[in-house]
Amino acid sequence: MKYLDEFRDAALAEHISASITREATSSSGYRLMEFCGGHTHAISRYGITDLLPATIRLIHGPGCPVCVLPVGRINQAVRLVQQRDVILCTYADVLRVPCSGQMSLMRARSEGADVRMIYSTKNALQVARENPERQVVFFAIGFETTTPPTAVAVKQAHASGMENFSILCNHVLTPAAMQAILSVRTGKMLDGFVGPAHVSTVIGSKPYERFAAEHSKAVVIAGFEPLDVMQAILMLVRQINQGRATVENEFSRAVTREGNLKAQKLVAEVFELRDAFEWRGLGSISESALKLRPEFSRFDAELKFGVDYVPVRDHKACECAAVLCGEKRPQECRIFGTVCTPENPVGSCMVSSEGACAAYYSYGRFREELT
Amino acid sequence: MPKPRPLYSRRGRVEILHGSGGRAMAQLVAELFKVAFDNAWLEQGNDAAVLPQVSGRLVMSCDSHVVSPLFFEGGDIGCLSVHGTINDVSMMGAQPLYLTASFILEEGFLFADLERIVASMASAARDAGVSIVAGDTKVVEKGKGDGVFITTTGIGVLREGIVLSGDLAQPGDRILLSGTIGDHGMAVLSRRENLEFDAPIFSDTAPLHGLVANILDCGARVRVLRDPTRGGLATTLNEIAQQSGVGMLLDESAIPVKKPVEAACEFLGLDPLYVANEGKLVAVCAPEDAVHLLEVMRAHPLAREAAAIGEVTEDSRRFVQMATRLGGRRIVDWLAGEPLPRIC
Repeated sequence: MKYLDEFRDAALAEHISASITREATSSSGYRLMEFCGGHTHAISRYGITDLLPATIRLIHGPGCPVCVLPVGRINQAVRLVQQRDVILCTYADVLRVPCSGQMSLMRARSEGADVRMIYSTKNALQVARENPERQVVFFAIGFETTTPPTAVAVKQAHASGMENFSILCNHVLTPAAMQAILSVRTGKMLDGFVGPAHVSTVIGSKPYERFAAEHSKAVVIAGFEPLDVMQAILMLVRQINQGRATVENEFSRAVTREGNLKAQKLVAEVFELRDAFEWRGLGSISESALKLRPEFSRFDAELKFGVDYVPVRDHKACECAAVLCGEKRPQECRIFGTVCTPENPVGSCMVSSEGACAAYYSYGRFREELT
Repeated sequence: MPKPRPLYSRRGRVEILHGSGGRAMAQLVAELFKVAFDNAWLEQGNDAAVLPQVSGRLVMSCDSHVVSPLFFEGGDIGCLSVHGTINDVSMMGAQPLYLTASFILEEGFLFADLERIVASMASAARDAGVSIVAGDTKVVEKGKGDGVFITTTGIGVLREGIVLSGDLAQPGDRILLSGTIGDHGMAVLSRRENLEFDAPIFSDTAPLHGLVANILDCGARVRVLRDPTRGGLATTLNEIAQQSGVGMLLDESAIPVKKPVEAACEFLGLDPLYVANEGKLVAVCAPEDAVHLLEVMRAHPLAREAAAIGEVTEDSRRFVQMATRLGGRRIVDWLAGEPLPRIC
């Protein structure tokens, strides 16, 4: 397929693999974090680690929107849909995330709550139009990639004077999470980042420059195709070998330094920074998430329905938190693959295909027992 | 005596009384089902069909169909409900003979649509040489169904000497696939989500008993036949690995996927390995017979693109693994969750 086959070519992969093997010879190794779940998924699905030398250690980052959402946020959505008789529209991945009291949105639905799976914010607006007598809430989650469509939906609802649409806003910011990673032990030990793909198309490469300048971390923005990831790894190895730490852009076919200014403007019109937001694994991070601006506050489901966020602790055996900051590999969690499986996930990292645990379980668990 | 007014005009709709057992139901059966399915057993009009004696072991299976939408590129719930059960019976190596069909209709369902579905079933059954010999109709209140659900049961006969089973795969055996994967699921999904792609995607729904007959007659030592429907190829191979206590190693580049299907999957974030098929089969056979069997399969119109996609391995963990086209290796796991509900 055009624009895809080129980035999945076996001969090119072999060529890049040979270059990485030839050049990645530092005895101290290369500790690289792929921030995005999209990269984690590509690495697992194409078996990229098989094409890398042992000196390269890939550490999965927290860039999976479903994974970083704390349990309390799912509880909030469940409470809303069960107690306020709203229609809750959500992307599919969120449905199966377990929350308190052995609940999930999927289970709430089976108990009678009106939870609907949608593919885009356009679908959510459509549901609101088709059900004028009901309140419709869109469970808005994701990094900078999914924020602009939410902004469009809110603006459209505002323009058409829609009274029955609102959002439960859980949009979070990538640079804030990368900053948080750099303050924990694993983050400090990193040599570099495989930088976000789709997020960077929106925010550009500029926001990462401080990680290179202030923290001396090499950053290479990479697309989500397997050859993108491999090329980025090679570029990181070269930076590290040369003692450089700069932001380089492997994904230049889609990412510029400034990013998508139109999308940024749209987001800024509708959203403003939250003082702080709790992340699963990373704790409360200041200015790391968005909320609606006061002029759009009537679309804020938290205010509209008076459902507060109540923090709760993760399941005590679940090590998603350590996995999300790269401190543990999925298979090092005690309940990985036994109590916690994709069919019966305990933690969110086992739910989304972008989650490190799910990716490892579904694609890579043969390795563990072979070695 | 004057003939009663036909109950199902083209603009008519199913009413509760069409399932209540009274005259309206009798008329529906007489004017629609009996006419379309047209066979002596149905004509008997008794509580059950009395079928002639057959020689050989009987094979029986059933399949319920709840696909949404009811009509899609390349098929509809009618032919799908016939093919689904014929294929299940065929995968045991049997010649399918008879079907029953049970309809759960929703009040208000258009007779014109029902007529179209029944005609499609009749034509699919006729083409496959199978008779629909008994049936049932129930009507549920509006809002308690979704148009129509169809359950079919099939009986076939298995001749002596044929032993096919999911637990017979052995390390070293080859895995053959009869053609491209993901066509049915993506045809249904693209219609359901109103997605339009440059090239339309057609369901592969088809009866496989003819292909199966050729496979069994060619002399190859075939251990397992299975049709990768819901859950796709990945799930079917995991079922076989689980039952046989073996592993598998697939070659990703050998698995045929049509370009539009690949593009649609890419667009929706789906893996074609997990997308349903309704006219494909997987054959596990002895390694020495694989080349011959592949030739035989490719000679059949429903398996022109058949391919050898991997081999059975010894693996107590029963993992289905795949050499990726990039040169890496991954597990091809069971389907987790249900990304595509109501696909068949």
